[in-house]
Amino acid sequence: MTQVTMTVNGKSVSGSVEGRTLLSDFIREGLRLTGTHVGCDTSQCGACVVHVNGQPVKSCTMLAAEAEGADVKTIEGMANADGSLSTIQQAFQDHHGLQCGFCTPGMVMSASALLAENPTPSEAEVRAYLEGNICRCTGYHNIVKAIMAASGQDVAAVAAE
Amino acid sequence: MYEFEFKRPGTIADAVAAIGAEEAQLLGGGQTLLPTMKQRLAAPAVLVSLGGISEMQGVCTDDAGRICVGGGTTHAAVSAATAESYPALSHLAGHIGDPAVRNRGTIGGSLANNDPAACYPAAVLASGANVVTNTREIAADDFFEGMFTTALNDGEIITEVKFPVPVAASYQKFLQPASRFALTGVFVAKFAGAVRVAVTGASEDGVFRWSEAEAALSADFSPDAVDGLSVSADGMIADMHGSAAYRANLVKVLTKRAVSAC
Ligand SMILES: Cc1cc2nc3c(=O)[nH]c(=O)nc-3n(C[C@H](O)[C@H](O)[C@H](O)COP(=O)(O)OP(=O)(O)OC[C@H]3O[C@@H](n4cnc5c(N)ncnc54)[C@H](O)[C@@H]3O)c2cc1C
Ligand code: FES
Ligand code: FES
Repeated sequence: MTQVTMTVNGKSVSGSVEGRTLLSDFIREGLRLTGTHVGCDTSQCGACVVHVNGQPVKSCTMLAAEAEGADVKTIEGMANADGSLSTIQQAFQDHHGLQCGFCTPGMVMSASALLAENPTPSEAEVRAYLEGNICRCTGYHNIVKAIMAASGQDVAAVAAE
Repeated sequence: MYEFEFKRPGTIADAVAAIGAEEAQLLGGGQTLLPTMKQRLAAPAVLVSLGGISEMQGVCTDDAGRICVGGGTTHAAVSAATAESYPALSHLAGHIGDPAVRNRGTIGGSLANNDPAACYPAAVLASGANVVTNTREIAADDFFEGMFTTALNDGEIITEVKFPVPVAASYQKFLQPASRFALTGVFVAKFAGAVRVAVTGASEDGVFRWSEAEAALSADFSPDAVDGLSVSADGMIADMHGSAAYRANLVKVLTKRAVSAC
């Protein structure tokens, strides 16, 4: 067992982990932050995306020990300080960007990384950035719409094809 | 995944010492190795992470004008750092998998793995790059030895890759949308004296140079120059996504597209 210490959603946390403990397991089982979902566990679906030092990564494909000293942000850290939904989260609700909600934590984490990098992405850029986030319910249109809306753009033109 | 002992050295020298242990394996970004270990297709006793070695990170230019990429540099970092200096390489790195994969996966891991459908091997071979390890420097033409096989010895660490910069270049990836790898990909690099064409995702022997196209394009650098050539379907990969003949045809189509885009 190794001792790891990292910052998660602004708070310093530590715990002892096995070499093989995945970051997703440490977050879900160790910290009981179960908002981060594990959809495939094979690096394909993106439900487990969290930010490590500001960058989106698949937490099922990173060892907890590799996050030693890192600044980690999960979906639990996304809401505003007063508990209200962040702009992106609110846009998902307003534009019906989720159905079952399983992919949503990963979608929101990817979307916020995209908007940090590119504050007014085109529809094509949004779709390209979500390449690694799979949703089996929505057909993506409303997710794309929500992200465009969160970036302050007019979404009337983002029609279902 | 079976349990292992995790090591995170801070220098190449310490990594070389750690990898000497019985059944030790290197860990780059883990985007290939961790899924493989979950399937129990790999079960190292010791895993030596290269993620903490700052001397293997980053991109610079050497006195000969070559772009030198540290072996532990992520795809995202390579894409950002080479946007101006080598746009075709930047584009290739920026289209590997998806953003989350690009934030972890490294050039060293991709080359050491030498997946027959991986993107970087095409760039390294077409550019005539050199792969630098902790013990030697290997020319691209001697590095790739077939599907999932390279000239690397056990425990040898890719510390850097040195890319000569072509006058013009383009990588055309025909996406296999489920895996997000290349169904087939062609990298064309035009240098002052010669043209190099490297093909990934097509051959059962992994990445290869299409020498007939290189000769034709060196004489006349236009898409039409390869019209008279054909690629044999013998030894091409055939799977549910495409037959051998389909891939052989893609090689030519993508080469023409790459030349047009140069
Ligand atoms: C969803 C998904 C999509 C992907 N799409 C693409 C794609 O489109 N194109 C593409 O090319 N790749 C793709 N990949 C693979 C990705 O690029 C991997 O990052 C890469 O192949 C392996 O790099 P890594 O740093 O993650 O290495 P690891 O997985 O850590 O290691 C891979 C192998 O290399 C060895 N190794 C690692 N680093 C070194 C080093 N510096 N020196 C010597 N040996 C080393 C390891 O021991 C291991 O055997 C994809 C992966 C996923 C999960
Ligand atoms: S659970 Fe990590 S990518 Fe699917
Ligand atoms: S809303 Fe159900 S998987 Fe996306």
